[in-house]
Amino acid sequence: MTTAPPDNFWNDTGRTGISSWIFSTDHKRIGLLYFYSVLTFFLVGVALGLLLRIELMAPGRTIMGPQTYNALFTVHGVVMIFLFILPGFPGAFGNLVMPIQIGARDVAFPRLNLFSWWLYLAGAVIILVSLFTGGGAPDTGWTFYVPFSTRTGTNVSLAVVGVFILGFSAILTGVNFVTTIHRLRAEGMTWTRLPLFTWSLYATAWVQILATPILAITLVLIFSERVLGTGLFDPSRGGDPIMFQHLFWIYSHPAVYIMILPAMGIISDIIPVFSRKPIFGYKMIAFSSLAIAAAGSLVWGHHMFTSGMSDNAVLVFSFLTFIVAIPSAIKVFNWVSTLYKGSISLEAPMLFALSFILLFSIGGLTGLILGAAATDVHVHDTHFVVGHFHYVMFGGTGFAFFAAMHYWLPKFYGRTYSQRGAIVAWALMFVGFNVLYFSMKVLGMKGMPRRYYDYLPEFTTLNLVSTIGSWILAIGLLIMLMNLFRGLFRGTPFTGNPWGGATLEWSIPTPPPTENFIEEPVVTHGPYDFTGTGRP
Amino acid sequence: MPSDTTAGHIASYGKLTAVWLCLLILTGLTVLITRMDLGGYKVVGALTIACTKAGLVIAFFMHMRYEGRLLRGLLFLALITLALYMGLTFVDVLYRGLP
Ligand code: HEM
Repeated sequence: MTTAPPDNFWNDTGRTGISSWIFSTDHKRIGLLYFYSVLTFFLVGVALGLLLRIELMAPGRTIMGPQTYNALFTVHGVVMIFLFILPGFPGAFGNLVMPIQIGARDVAFPRLNLFSWWLYLAGAVIILVSLFTGGGAPDTGWTFYVPFSTRTGTNVSLAVVGVFILGFSAILTGVNFVTTIHRLRAEGMTWTRLPLFTWSLYATAWVQILATPILAITLVLIFSERVLGTGLFDPSRGGDPIMFQHLFWIYSHPAVYIMILPAMGIISDIIPVFSRKPIFGYKMIAFSSLAIAAAGSLVWGHHMFTSGMSDNAVLVFSFLTFIVAIPSAIKVFNWVSTLYKGSISLEAPMLFALSFILLFSIGGLTGLILGAAATDVHVHDTHFVVGHFHYVMFGGTGFAFFAAMHYWLPKFYGRTYSQRGAIVAWALMFVGFNVLYFSMKVLGMKGMPRRYYDYLPEFTTLNLVSTIGSWILAIGLLIMLMNLFRGLFRGTPFTGNPWGGATLEWSIPTPPPTENFIEEPVVTHGPYDFTGTGRP
Repeated sequence: MPSDTTAGHIASYGKLTAVWLCLLILTGLTVLITRMDLGGYKVVGALTIACTKAGLVIAFFMHMRYEGRLLRGLLFLALITLALYMGLTFVDVLYRGLP
């Protein structure tokens, strides 16, 4: 597969074939297992998203009826959230790169790490089974709101079991990463020399540990409502349906920081490398990761302004929401300051990183419109929200994921892709993305609700535009993947440190040896100190 | 590994019994406050007592008192988080239906 010398992690195990992968405890192999799993589910999710957009291309029934539409947006949401974006960064790139970045040979608990992947797979299989058994695919939306989720005849029970298991996978990864970062740093790798990607994974891991159990409890409660009829969320029996929304968002809002923090981490690693300048405000960026994780855990109520919760709570949560904007803005300002007077080279990883900054900022600023209670009342549950979260999750985390793919995968494969192909793909995706989702924001402002398969005639033109955008995006995505994987398997050899990175992963042979380091590393400089890294 | 130095610590029977008695008394208190007319604050009272009990169990029976600073700090973080989650939920529940 690669032309590198035989002593690298691709050809080191006694086993061969698939068992050398699915039973391996090497963090790099587990990282690649995660990578290919999440990528597969991402593509499934994209296919479903494209179908949703085709349905919305014209008013009335286009290719599916209301029930199918409800099931498809639910499955699209569940797949994208629980099977792609939440495990994506920690599982794939966290595993691949983090131990190397801190100078360790592996994570603290390698077997637990493999177990996390197996749990992930088990959860995924259960969710897939739930689509075709019982009453068919869930139609509640990915949020499983009561009372509908306790009454619908579709197979919500099995789906929540699957998500429950995925939660455990995430908790175990979190425990593993916190322990690894505390205990296994190489000599000289002080906390202030930790690469910012690792810092962001550290903050993320804490959110995974602290918030995910709440999701588990919430799902158990839905399950018991459905199976045992406990009545916890049923007002006619003294229950409280709004309590479900609290429990759900206590987890799911911090979860959006599980999605975005590692993405911010990778951007903080890429921007200085391609600007040939140390990162501006290292400590503030590291600190803001922790601040986002902490403050972000206290703002869940902003999803519930129109739910009927008390006005006091609306006030408090609206205020707290504005606080999260501060550490987020710190990051954006610091990235821009890093670029200032840098020697910028616009290769593929950098283009994805720069578009992250723009798209994330648009997503974040529209988030403030939703976070302010007065304006949220008007756009709640409209396509404005759909536009907003795709900007953050896809334009943010998704594009950062592509940046990471173009930045790190050649290091692990020893071969690289064509820059020209990657840049063409990036341009198509960037244009397609904005056409697709900006139209949604405008539609939402005009009052088009989300989660309906049909709409009023006045929304026709923009919906058509949006659907055309989704095709441009899909073509770009296809070109990107073909170009990348053709490069990784058959492209030109990739050796040394061509980008000129100063973090530890660039100091080891390509592809990395099994034990990562040929001799124990001793760290003597910071992660963004580029003196002597080779690139002019 | 700093926390290894405390491995094998054994607390005296006297101390353990005292903790156990405290737990029993607190349980009695929980039952008592259900009889009092405290409105929404009843839940706050019950939760306070439950937290104190959990704290005693963690500190003595689970040996957290004898662990190093790091582990204690990490546990504390988890507890604070839970307390904040509950506290903020009460900002809604306690005032629901008021103008
Ligand atoms: C080509 C890519 C994509 C397309 C065309 C697309 C399209 C859509 C559409 C049309 C909806 C439903 C709108 C409605 O009627 O409410 C939707 C919902 C959603 N999408 Fe996407 N999407 C894409 C990618 C993504 C990605 C990458 C993510 C996350 C990482 C994502 C997460 C979600 C979520 C969470 C929902 C909400 C589902 C619900 O209402 O329960 N999507 N998407």
